[in-house]
Amino acid sequence: MSTNFDERDSAYGFEREYERAGMPGRGPRRMQRRKICRFCIDKVDYIDFKDVKLLQSYTPERGKILPRRISGVCAAHQRMLAEAIKRARNIAFLPYAAD
Amino acid sequence: MAEKRTYEVIFIIDPDADDAEVMRLTETTQKIITDQGGSITKTEMMGKRQLAYELSHKRDGIYVLLEVDGSGAEIAELERRMRVNDRILRYMTIRVDEDRRRAQKLKDRRARKAERRTKPGKAQVAEPETDAEAEAA
Repeated sequence: MSTNFDERDSAYGFEREYERAGMPGRGPRRMQRRKICRFCIDKVDYIDFKDVKLLQSYTPERGKILPRRISGVCAAHQRMLAEAIKRARNIAFLPYAAD
Repeated sequence: MAEKRTYEVIFIIDPDADDAEVMRLTETTQKIITDQGGSITKTEMMGKRQLAYELSHKRDGIYVLLEVDGSGAEIAELERRMRVNDRILRYMTIRVDEDRRRAQKLKDRRARKAERRTKPGKAQVAEPETDAEAEAA
């Protein structure tokens, strides 16, 4: 499962913010990097469901919403993001499930 | 119901419809809204776009976005009409005034904070902030 995440995220540029601590059996790679919320830095107040490009970067191949544990998005922005993604799905901007 | 609300209405028209039909459909929807006492603040033809999944066995759709000011009654009527129109593959209405108010609030709060930062003891307080700003840039 964890290997899966690695591959998937590197395609979306999240690998830097990746938390590598606590992976049993994969050696002592304790490269903990402080994760920062991209939306807070950009001072985003509202995430629009029409911004498909942006939303796509938070929905890896499978079409699932990227957990903030991986993306480093803050709770408030993750809520906005989730809402926007769900709206985008409803109007066929994003898939509900992709295989 | 008397309060003023803002909605975003987005709908997908059958990709086989020609320009004239798209115009006609858009105009009818606009008319429904104005007849019911609402007003249209923005119309955006987003054009043909590939759908993320099939709708009525169609792979693309023509997207139209409207921004509507009104009480909510016109939305009810509009949705009722769109539901029975088989040229409209999908529609979605979102109430945006509350979200926008919230966004504005956040923005104001940030502006106030920035003001407070720069005012008292100008140089001393401003120093550590530039660091954070540099990081943000």
